Amino acid sequence: MISADLTIVLPEILLAIYAMVALVGAVYTGKDGLAGLLTWVTSLVFVLMAAWIGLGEGGTQTAFNGMYNDDAFSRFAKVTILLSAAAVLVMGQDYMSRRGILRFEYPLLVALAVVGMMVMVSAGDLMALYMGLELQSLSLYVVASLRRDSVRSTEAGMKYFVLGALSSGLLLYGSSLVYGFAGTTNFAGIIEAVGTGSTPLGLLFGLVFIVSGLAFKVSAVPFHMWTPDVYEGAPTPITAFFATAPKMAAMGLFARVVHDAFGGVVGDWQQIVALLSVLSMYLGAVAAIGQRDIKRLMAYSSIAHMGFALMGLAAGTAFGVQAMLIYMAIYVTMNVGTFAFILSMEKDGMPVSKIDALNMYAKREPGKALAMLILLFSLAGVPPLVGFFGKFYVLRAAYDAGLAWLAVAGVIASVIGAFYYLRLVYFMYFGEEQESLDKNRSPVLGAFLMGSAAVMLFGVINLFGIETLAQVAAAALVN
Amino acid sequence: MDNLLSIVTFVPLLGAAVLLVFARGDDASAQRNAKWVALITTSAVFLLSLFILAEFDPDNTGMQFVEEREWLLGLQYKMGVDGISVLFVMLTTFMMPLTIAASWDVKHRVKEYMIAFLLLETLMLGVFMALDLVLFYLFFEAGLIPMFLIIGIWGGKNRIYASFKFFLYTFLGSVLMLVAMVAMFADAGTTDIPTLMNHTFASESFSILGVHIVGGLQTLLFLAFFASFAVKMPMWPVHTWLPDAHVQAPTAGSVVLAAILLKMGGYGFLRFSLPMFPIGSEVLSDLVLWMSAIAIVYTSLVALVQEDMKKLIAYSSVAHMGYVTMGIFVVNQQGIDGAIFQMLSHGFISGALFLCVGVIYDRMHTREIDAYGGLVNRMPAYALIFMFFTMANVGLPGTSGFVGEFLTLMGAFQKNTWIAAIATSGVIFSAAYALWLYRRVVMGDLIKESLKTIKDMTVREKWIFAPLVAMTLILGVYPSLITDIIGPSVEALIQNYDTAVAHMADATHAADH
Repeated sequence: MISADLTIVLPEILLAIYAMVALVGAVYTGKDGLAGLLTWVTSLVFVLMAAWIGLGEGGTQTAFNGMYNDDAFSRFAKVTILLSAAAVLVMGQDYMSRRGILRFEYPLLVALAVVGMMVMVSAGDLMALYMGLELQSLSLYVVASLRRDSVRSTEAGMKYFVLGALSSGLLLYGSSLVYGFAGTTNFAGIIEAVGTGSTPLGLLFGLVFIVSGLAFKVSAVPFHMWTPDVYEGAPTPITAFFATAPKMAAMGLFARVVHDAFGGVVGDWQQIVALLSVLSMYLGAVAAIGQRDIKRLMAYSSIAHMGFALMGLAAGTAFGVQAMLIYMAIYVTMNVGTFAFILSMEKDGMPVSKIDALNMYAKREPGKALAMLILLFSLAGVPPLVGFFGKFYVLRAAYDAGLAWLAVAGVIASVIGAFYYLRLVYFMYFGEEQESLDKNRSPVLGAFLMGSAAVMLFGVINLFGIETLAQVAAAALVN
Repeated sequence: MDNLLSIVTFVPLLGAAVLLVFARGDDASAQRNAKWVALITTSAVFLLSLFILAEFDPDNTGMQFVEEREWLLGLQYKMGVDGISVLFVMLTTFMMPLTIAASWDVKHRVKEYMIAFLLLETLMLGVFMALDLVLFYLFFEAGLIPMFLIIGIWGGKNRIYASFKFFLYTFLGSVLMLVAMVAMFADAGTTDIPTLMNHTFASESFSILGVHIVGGLQTLLFLAFFASFAVKMPMWPVHTWLPDAHVQAPTAGSVVLAAILLKMGGYGFLRFSLPMFPIGSEVLSDLVLWMSAIAIVYTSLVALVQEDMKKLIAYSSVAHMGYVTMGIFVVNQQGIDGAIFQMLSHGFISGALFLCVGVIYDRMHTREIDAYGGLVNRMPAYALIFMFFTMANVGLPGTSGFVGEFLTLMGAFQKNTWIAAIATSGVIFSAAYALWLYRRVVMGDLIKESLKTIKDMTVREKWIFAPLVAMTLILGVYPSLITDIIGPSVEALIQNYDTAVAHMADATHAADH
């Protein structure tokens, strides 16, 4: 029995062992000299892991008495997490080594965070949920302040830690309430205890606290305050990481909790999620308008995007989950490309994140500017780029679930949001000529930027078949 | 040729891709190559599109040349044309080579300029051919991207403001349409346009937040589509983006905007609003008619006081589009025939007028009316051509402008005499501002120092105007060229509309007893 359980969690175990062995190995040998190599190896491990999980056999299995699920949903989320983490690691390597902050702990902490994320999206129990979440969060707190001698970076890590601890507290409190009223921490047990009628008041309280804690992790308004500061303060490669894999993991976990544990009382959490969604969309759209720093801007942009993803979740249907998964996969791909671009913004060897530094970028680097143009219009959700289809799916899900008001609110927010994406286009294409940014010759960044833009452009043909995968994944979660 | 429509639509995209991949550098020869690639591509598209016209059967009121493929989420890639759309396709393919030829003197980022226009052509053709809601939306919205760049990069002094206003205004209009499309998809289970035309959307009245909505879902859907098309058209009072966009856009951008992009709104009313939401249209048609009448009079008066030539012509476009919406929403044969005719003829005439402004702008780099005067003394050929199109714009009998205005007014008289009477006064105003413009720019003595050396039109410029003059005259004296093609489809449209409205009236009548 136990060996069958272990087979199911084998990928996580192997990844954790890899991280630990590499850590010990690096400590006793080359230390930071090995960091570059470790980054590539870790990234390769991620890709292999993604291939193993993605191409493995289907079906649904549970381990440790339902504490841990291995189903199409978790596999979809894990592949997205692993691939985006691999991409971000490789992208940031050059940037970090040139600034002397490429320590060997970095790839390994990311690997541990990824283990945590994999546990999160597979969790079938409040304990597993919390374990995964904390493993992820603790690793992220450390990487946020990786640049020890920089006030901004340490401040970012500190803020993230304090607010993250608060949200973990909320989550734990909610979990304890749920445990107290349901008598179990297992999702399968909770869903039975909750039933389908009206939720007992204590459970409802627990649900609200858990949702608040999760909303913090996906940075949904009103639990978003840490996002802009952490995005701005952390070194750019780490910001890129924050913007991609952890978001997918947190949304995956969110979907798991609300459907696996509270799937019987959709009405009770639907209104909360819808409210989070609409607030995030509007705050993300409006607050980004005044930003002059591209990393802060991307922070608000990610808040707005989380709002749209939550719109899919708010539908409370299998189609809603499918829409959310498609939205997240597209979002992650767009952000990988966008951050590849931001990483390449340098002047005299120093990183630049002011958006007016982009003035007339198109004249000097037409190819990259065009790729960025495609990504920006995709982020804004303008067809025929793939970002539009993400929006179309969540709108459809929300409308079908009777949330037409949310759909209308969402599209209006997307128009407001379009303004600041257009402003970036304006700087790149219509701005005034000025001192130029350095020509970045990094083939890795260029490849990710172009690749991501190409996906946005050619995805219009069939979204690379992701639709069916997400459908299977959603069907595994909602039944 | 089974996929004739796809070929016509995507050849410009192919041309753009060729330019993007193969054209290098920005020297004189690279610029020349880019221009020739664009001109040859657009001309080839025009020749190809002649096959569509040749094989089109006007008596068949269904969709023709239909292509269908599976796409995502139960959507489909479906293209086709009927009597209503085929001529818009022809208008687009006809105008594009002319706009490329009119851009021959662009000096600045020529390759990108040509790519943007080729891309725009694909998207505009797609709008008129798409037979799937989402596919239509895709082409409709994507057109904003190249136009945003065209205004923003190659525009005038205030181009940033104009490009943002253009993009956000039209984007806001059309996202509501997107929600409506989602609603229709959910309601009918398909996004196939011909199927949706035969689908009856619920029209039982209901209340939202205490507001009683006559016509129910149909009215709401109509309003959502109306938000998009009214902005695109543009109708008073949401027309204010147009003068800004026109003034700041480069000449070719203005031509495309006036000749083709504005027609998407009218086309949308005919393709979606009337056939799919007849009850909604009926409920709100009076409102639209009054808005049209106000547009005709108000924008004509505004045009009178303009000091910028392009702005004046832009306001005159809004006024002329007022005739179009009026013709569409009186829903009778003359009205809709006239509306389509007016859209096509306005495509030629306003396109030509913007080209006329472009001719002198290229020489003097100003669009101020006061900066000109007495051009006839040095530019006789220009004076003649400008005169011709000014008259056509006023609606002189014998030009195509007359036929469209006359038909729509005739249609309006049958429905509502007051509207027609008010709209007719617009004809007088349009004569006033057009002739006054002509008088100030072309007539009089040539006293301005800066104009003393101005040169008349070159051979290239004359050749660009030749086809436009020919079309305006031919359609003016022989309008059945067009009405024969659109007639049967329009008739079928009106029949369906009347049936739906009568059915609704019966139902209400029965419910009253």
